[in-house]
Amino acid sequence: MRQDQIRNFSIIAHIDHGKSTLADRILQLTDSVSEREMRDQLLDSMELERERGITIKAQAVRVRWKGHELNLIDTPGHVDFTYEVSRSLQACEGALLVVDAAQGIEAQTLANAYLAIENNLEIIPILNKIDLPQADPDSVATEVADLLGGDPAEVIRISAKTGQGVEEVLDAIVARIPAPGGDPDGPPRALIFDSSYDQYRGVVAFVRVVDGSFSTRDRLRAMATGTELEAEELGFMAPARTPMDRLEAGEVGYVITGLKDVSRLRVGDTLTLQERPAAEPLPGYKDVKPMVFAGLFPTDSDDYPELRDALEKLKLNDGALFYEPETSQALGFGFRCGFLGLLHMEIVRERLEREFDLDLLVTAPNVAYRVKPPHGDWVEVHTPSDMPNEYDEVEEPYIRASIIVPKEYVGTVMELNNDRRGRFDHMEYLSEERVHLTYELPLAEVVLDYYDQLKSRTRGYASFDYDLAGFQPGTLVRVDVLVGGEPVDALSLVIHRGNAYDRGKLLVEKLRQEIPRQMFDVPIQAAIGSRIIARETVKARRKDVLAKCYGGDITRKRKLLEKQKKGKKRMKQVGGVEVPQEAFLAVLNLNEDKK
Amino acid sequence: MSGAVRHLYVHLPFCASRCGYCDFVTVLGREDDHGPYVSALLAELELQRGLLAPGLETVFLGGGTPTLTEPSALARLLASLPPAAEVTVEANPETVTPALAQALHGAGVTRVSLGAQSFQPALLAVLERRAGPDDVRRAFHTLRAAGFDNLSLDLIYGIPGQSPADLDADLASALALDPEHLSCYELEAKPGTRFTHAHGDELERQAEAMEDYFERVVDRLAGAGYRWYETANFCRRGRRDLRSRHNLAYWSGRDYLGLGLGAVSTVAGVRWRTTPRLGAYLGALSRGELPPRELEPLGEEVRRRERLMLGLRLDEPLALGGVTGAIDPGALERLERLGLAESDGETLALTRRGRFLGGAVTAELLA
Repeated sequence: MRQDQIRNFSIIAHIDHGKSTLADRILQLTDSVSEREMRDQLLDSMELERERGITIKAQAVRVRWKGHELNLIDTPGHVDFTYEVSRSLQACEGALLVVDAAQGIEAQTLANAYLAIENNLEIIPILNKIDLPQADPDSVATEVADLLGGDPAEVIRISAKTGQGVEEVLDAIVARIPAPGGDPDGPPRALIFDSSYDQYRGVVAFVRVVDGSFSTRDRLRAMATGTELEAEELGFMAPARTPMDRLEAGEVGYVITGLKDVSRLRVGDTLTLQERPAAEPLPGYKDVKPMVFAGLFPTDSDDYPELRDALEKLKLNDGALFYEPETSQALGFGFRCGFLGLLHMEIVRERLEREFDLDLLVTAPNVAYRVKPPHGDWVEVHTPSDMPNEYDEVEEPYIRASIIVPKEYVGTVMELNNDRRGRFDHMEYLSEERVHLTYELPLAEVVLDYYDQLKSRTRGYASFDYDLAGFQPGTLVRVDVLVGGEPVDALSLVIHRGNAYDRGKLLVEKLRQEIPRQMFDVPIQAAIGSRIIARETVKARRKDVLAKCYGGDITRKRKLLEKQKKGKKRMKQVGGVEVPQEAFLAVLNLNEDKK
Repeated sequence: MSGAVRHLYVHLPFCASRCGYCDFVTVLGREDDHGPYVSALLAELELQRGLLAPGLETVFLGGGTPTLTEPSALARLLASLPPAAEVTVEANPETVTPALAQALHGAGVTRVSLGAQSFQPALLAVLERRAGPDDVRRAFHTLRAAGFDNLSLDLIYGIPGQSPADLDADLASALALDPEHLSCYELEAKPGTRFTHAHGDELERQAEAMEDYFERVVDRLAGAGYRWYETANFCRRGRRDLRSRHNLAYWSGRDYLGLGLGAVSTVAGVRWRTTPRLGAYLGALSRGELPPRELEPLGEEVRRRERLMLGLRLDEPLALGGVTGAIDPGALERLERLGLAESDGETLALTRRGRFLGGAVTAELLA
């Protein structure tokens, strides 16, 4: 295929604005899938993706339209995957910006549009769902034109559901998106914008060839990680894998690598030939680091090996997932896991529970902290109980939050952001009704229950997006929870000093209600270092004995005692105190209770 | 041929009415059945006589309401049971007449356990008891007059509507009669029963007060000179050992034979429970067969656990030799540290606080 007949594009949209439906319709119109094969939202292949209506892992599909080769590169649809989205966009020359004609521009519309603009993409604005009775295409078209600086008349109006207007979209892709412009004869360079794991063939990289060409059996090198590999098979997705001998400049396709470890091939890295290496990698590679951490423990400690195997399997397809063994005296053996963000964490947790049938205890999520101990060097802390009591300086990650709300909710959103230590940045009216707010917020304040609060306080109208804004100094303390004088490692938390007392009080109160009375008084304390900031006592039981026991009762009473004994064995021992797992669960779920 | 069992329990299931809280095997009305039932009991005794030792230590007639049994049938039963050093009969106050008292005394009964439960009319009504407080006192005096020098009273606490003052009054009324023995039980309302349904909220309130009640009972009776010799049982101190020898046999893990409807026996490592169905019971014995029963073999490990569980209910130290392997040594150490148990290496005893927590302590100790 000649380079000038190729068009590479993505579809970007806010969640539920119709990205996947449009992709399906494009596949149908270009005869890439038969009616029989057609399954709604074909690109979202995981069950969880379909259920949540979001795309977690991007894929690329090649279709033909009026003598042209169109490569549709799907993008992950959530804030946690901003970096992956940006790499997918880097692989394109154009993007379809899909906006719901009833909802208008939302936070992710903006975030994605800005990413597309940063990548110099030709943006084709599209209004979807124009068949809905509540659609307001004229005013939304004006919003979109204002955002992109174009003419409202250029916005294509479609219904992806009925197919109305989709041919016009395909024509616009050919007419308006530029052909790729790489050097077909230069030293080969290909951008990795996604990867997945095939249990028979190893890591499969999805690439956009920028310069030169690649052939089967070529010896390749990933320039950032230095990983060397052989191209065992090359090809494109249509949407099934279709092998080819060569991938040339401008084309999008896959490379089967035979690698067994997905983390050796990072999204954003550049593939080149070992024999004829490029001088410079493609720009924009970042080593994405997890920012949100939580301990994952099997409810039943016998399930630990299953959890380890499951994490290993997930990691094969998810280079951003981080985990290492963690031992908690309260929760037993488990893993400290790192995630890109809260949604990433939720997805991993749900997959572990659903696909691997595991019952999990998940500790309250925390962020990565940077700490400078006295006389020491900066260290990064991922577990609250590792946080030193004394430090010279501490930094926590911040985000730039972008929030779009109807104007009547501006006050409540500002109030929430102030409560969460947010710093106001900017406010503008997108239309007479809708306001775009930007704030800087500590990530730690967002991982708790920020998104739920935002949604409930704005009756679901707010849309939210964020990107990371680096580390900034904080006033943070570690609060420990002590049961019977011993700290419960799983319940330690790092928190802004101003919130420590309230939080500590809440924790010990909840724990007092959940810990059954023992044969002795049990003090429950919250402490910062050696200073107790809250205290409760579980009073000792004074009586626990079966009243009556004669000849006819002995078997039944014995069984009752044996049951009581078994119950004790299931409890975790902390400071000589039997704590039922439900107690930890209740405390760990405190945030969710507040919803 | 004779066996080694020295303790005999005989169940007389008949009651005039069923008390709401009761979960024993009982049969209402059916006076016509009393004669045939006693005949069946005696037939069962004949079939099982080989298990009994030549001289019995104790016989216990429990119910039901044994004293409701038609007098000639009861007399026939008492005359045919093997003699024993202690023969106890359970009695309901309203059934005690001078004639019955004399008949029991004359037939070799040495001890009567009187189901008083409470001395407050309102609380007795809640329990659906037929006797009033005066019936209890009259029955007690009648038994004394007939020559009984070993009388026990049953009391129940935690009755819906009961206040701590009510409990004090019940204890005072019981002590005023100067019984040799007292059994004090917390009311156990079984989930799903009519009683629990009727008194649900109040039972919950009582459950919270129960630990206070238990302490009150022990303090008051100990203060009045009674020995708290088992979790729920008290006897007057003095020259005579007034503990219930029959029940001590259960608590020290001895073998016992139970006759009658729903009765439980434990002999030589096997426990069995006779059918609780009257028709099946009478039918089998009329054919000269043992009635249907459920068997439960008791392994050595289970027996050790039971010895521990039962032994820790008593105020006397338990010999560790008999419970080897049933005890978690680490738990014993913890309990000693908490001041709940004491051990000298040979024996194990619970402290006062340990006895109040006997169930939890036993569960902790079990290996």
